[in-house]
Amino acid sequence: MSKNSSLWSDAIYRLTRNKAAMMGGGILVALIISALLAPWIAPYSYSYQDLDLGASPPSAEHLLGTDILGRDLLSRILYGARVSLLVGFVATGVALVIGVSWGIIAGYFGGRVDSVMMRIVDILYGLPFIIFVILLMVIFGSNLWLLFGAIGAVEWLTMSRIVRGQVIVLKNQEFVLAAKAMGVSNFSMFKRHLLPNILGPIAVYATLTIPAVMLLESFLSFLGLGIQPPMSSWGTLIKDGVESMEEFSWLLIYPGLTFTITLFALNFFGDGLRDALDPKTTDN
Amino acid sequence: MLAIFIKRVLMAIPVLLAVATMTFFLIKLAPGGPFDAEKAVSPQVLKNLNAVYNLDASQWEQYTDYMTGVVQGDFGPSFKYPGRSVTEMISSGLPITFELAMYAILIALVIGILSGVLAALKRNTMLDFIPMAIAMIGICVPTFLMGPLLVLIFGIQLELLPVAGWGQLSGDKILPSITLGFAYAAYIARLSRGGMLEVLNQDFIRTARAKGLTERMVVIKHAMQGGLIPVVSFLGPAIAGLLAGSFVVETIFQIPGLGRFYVEAALNRDYTMILGTTIFFSAMIVFFNLLSDLASLWLNPRSRDV
Repeated sequence: MSKNSSLWSDAIYRLTRNKAAMMGGGILVALIISALLAPWIAPYSYSYQDLDLGASPPSAEHLLGTDILGRDLLSRILYGARVSLLVGFVATGVALVIGVSWGIIAGYFGGRVDSVMMRIVDILYGLPFIIFVILLMVIFGSNLWLLFGAIGAVEWLTMSRIVRGQVIVLKNQEFVLAAKAMGVSNFSMFKRHLLPNILGPIAVYATLTIPAVMLLESFLSFLGLGIQPPMSSWGTLIKDGVESMEEFSWLLIYPGLTFTITLFALNFFGDGLRDALDPKTTDN
Repeated sequence: MLAIFIKRVLMAIPVLLAVATMTFFLIKLAPGGPFDAEKAVSPQVLKNLNAVYNLDASQWEQYTDYMTGVVQGDFGPSFKYPGRSVTEMISSGLPITFELAMYAILIALVIGILSGVLAALKRNTMLDFIPMAIAMIGICVPTFLMGPLLVLIFGIQLELLPVAGWGQLSGDKILPSITLGFAYAAYIARLSRGGMLEVLNQDFIRTARAKGLTERMVVIKHAMQGGLIPVVSFLGPAIAGLLAGSFVVETIFQIPGLGRFYVEAALNRDYTMILGTTIFFSAMIVFFNLLSDLASLWLNPRSRDV
């Protein structure tokens, strides 16, 4: 840890001085906390209907108004955050696991293993993945876990390329050669020696994958192929908002605003993290 | 050079075959048959239907039959709209989607390159900051939000432009094209800014300036050729993205294009339609990826070695 601490403490120092990134990070933390605490802080249940009230504009009782069924919009956005963020993190996790293992194995073993594995990645890059996710959703039904898996299985390609590139640089360095000479097994080589040294780029790319994943989920939900009612994500809220935007524009504007701000925050934080961990790229 | 071209083209064929095969068998995995309609059908009718649609043959036979058809441009019948073939639906939707995509990419290229190049030349001035801030918005606001917002502002509040349709009212093509093109304009602006900045610092630009060329010539003749390579490589993946965008835009604006057919087929579980359009889309994407690959190879001789 002592060897790494200078890199990480340097990075943290640079990150804290980047105002845009810190603001993004702050918004994210606030969002995650309010999503976790949704059952306690949401003023109403996400399914509570006040049919007599119907759609009402923002008021003291319903800060962001209510939808056609008289459901409190603020509460629905808070509960929607749980689904949207969960998809973002879990699917990114799936992509990380596949991409990192694929990249490490290809980079470390090199030679024929590498060329076959990377050729597969090249071919997959050329495929219309969005269509495949839709296909999977159609065939197997819109199951939340399938959604995680399908999106994760789409997003790992770039990660595997990044990791492979890093591992190829690392594997000829003395400490790796020394570990090899001492007879360290492949698995602990990956875990103890390679992985800790490529955490930086992995962390950066992961933060930038989360918004992409959330976009994909809301895209599917918007088309009616993702999250199904009564569950709601930000994508389904925007879809509902679009359907009634002529009379009740707040139903589109607030979920849309929340989603956009979140994407901004993630992108700024990701960019900041990249600059902090790799000062060379800052100029571009 | 020619060898690389041929190699890339040949690589596309197994990819397409794999996609078609995978899609075909995935669709076969789907639960329920095409005729599990609301009303139960008598066994005799079902048997006849299966015979008509060749569903009683073995899987392998169905597969080879289908693939032979596809090669000849026949994607089979639609299961949800009796009497219409998938090929018919593709050929009725394709021109519309194609036109939409062309307008979008045109908007994206013109706005994106102009603002990107300008931002690079006027680095760290308002002409750099403002377009790049707008580009950030274009990247963060998803199409399915941008479209409805534009409709809300220009269609409903200001009543300037039609809110839906394609080719029926004057000006109804404007909002869909902008909606689809905006995000790409943003990406292209960022890419061309980055590419230009990298090139503008290089020696050959200094040489061009030193030999007395006008700034205009330096930028257009020398800098842009290298600085816009990232844009060219981006165009292939952008076509794939445009396709996904057309699903959303055609749904929002109720445009009878290929994207809307695909989404409807997915929601209705019209399996043959999904199968046909998936193969068709894949072929298009592979084709455009190939095209942009070849174009960037041609523009950038250095990448030929790798």
